[in-house]
Amino acid sequence: MMLEIENVKKKFGDLTVLNGISLNVEKGDVVAILGPSGSGKTTFLRCLNFLERADAGRMVFEGEPYDLHTATKADIARLRKKTAFVFQNYNLFLNKTALKNVTLGLTAGAGMKKAEAEEIAKAALDKVGMGDRLDSYPSMLSGGQQQRVAIARALASSPEIIYFDEPTSALDPELIGEVLTVMRKLAEEGMTMLVVTHEMEFARNVSNKVLFMEGGDIVESGPSRAFFEHPEQERTREFLRTVLMRQQGETEP
Amino acid sequence: MNERLWNILVDSFPKLLSYGIRVTVPLTILSFSLALVVSLLVALIQYGQVKGLRQVCRFYIWVVRGTPLLVQLYLVFYGLPSVGIVMDAFPAAVVVLGFNEGAYMAETIRGALESVSRGQLEAGYCVGLTFPKIMWHVVLPQAFRTAFPAMSNSMISMLKETSMAATITVMEMFRQAQVINGRVYESLGLYGEVALIYLAFCTFLTWLQHRGEKRLSTYGGNRT
Repeated sequence: MMLEIENVKKKFGDLTVLNGISLNVEKGDVVAILGPSGSGKTTFLRCLNFLERADAGRMVFEGEPYDLHTATKADIARLRKKTAFVFQNYNLFLNKTALKNVTLGLTAGAGMKKAEAEEIAKAALDKVGMGDRLDSYPSMLSGGQQQRVAIARALASSPEIIYFDEPTSALDPELIGEVLTVMRKLAEEGMTMLVVTHEMEFARNVSNKVLFMEGGDIVESGPSRAFFEHPEQERTREFLRTVLMRQQGETEP
Repeated sequence: MNERLWNILVDSFPKLLSYGIRVTVPLTILSFSLALVVSLLVALIQYGQVKGLRQVCRFYIWVVRGTPLLVQLYLVFYGLPSVGIVMDAFPAAVVVLGFNEGAYMAETIRGALESVSRGQLEAGYCVGLTFPKIMWHVVLPQAFRTAFPAMSNSMISMLKETSMAATITVMEMFRQAQVINGRVYESLGLYGEVALIYLAFCTFLTWLQHRGEKRLSTYGGNRT
């Protein structure tokens, strides 16, 4: 098991956001985390990379245990060397070109030589189809292009796992495809990915596991195929009916 | 214009200009440098929420912004010697002007830092950067661009405020005008002349500001 997550809990004031979430991830898994807005899925993902501090929870990452509540700065830095995070609103460094966005973590973070970092960065940007926009600043790129640069930035550090927090939710509909194509390619190459998403097509056809959350609890989790074809919970069936109907509505003229 | 006044103005101009360049300009540059260091530290302490020091910074800003510059100059130059802290007039002026403008600029810089999206910081952490490195490579450059016009304002104010140093015996451009005037009694002519030299200096700074803003706009206009 590459990643075992146990009993993650989080409250914001009186509001329980995560009520004990557990998840096991194998190498090469693509886990889609689904659920209605406010279900806690983004908070869950952020807790795993310590962007939020959980109130309780444990995680074993490649054999190394981490306490999600008490982890030290050093623990967190060690963990983040093996992970990468892709944000809903990209969060590219606005004062850096596409190329510098990708190299900064390698040079200033990992202490790599500039030439070596640029070589890696160019390869990563090529992979996401942004190899011809090395000198563009984020403000000169479309949302889809920015998100692809963000994915290149995530790839450049050769992470063991990439967390995606609603990577296509901020995009215009016609730009979603280019990002999903890149993510599908990564999945096919065996990258381990945890993806909070509303894209049912992606969850169904690319991910191999699904975690369905609501109100801070897991409603249902398991292999994608089973989840979509034989959902066990009535709530899951209801959710699938609503979202699938809505997405069908969107594709019809 | 009568010939006497004309001659006074022509004679005094090189003197005034020379005091402007030799005293007013260095006083501005030194005080502004001190203000820059102080304000950056104070802003970073507040932005990084450094425990304990944060209250000290709020106190400093509260006191400095709440008292007149003239009173601060008098306190430091005439007041502090009675508790054994004696400074020459010029360094005293640098300290007071620097810490005075530092308090205003600290708020400017803090506001600019806070206007940088929190997501920039999070993205920095996620690619393995430490807080100081994120500040240096990402947040400060962006904040600087936002703060630049207001900081230019501070510098222009400071250039003019150096004239207050005349009150604590610093022989700078305005004090020199007072000295010459004491001999020839041509207040309108001499103070008008010194005003024009200040105006020329400030015009140069304004021109620098425009150039600076142009250079800083290289990474595109849209910010989300």
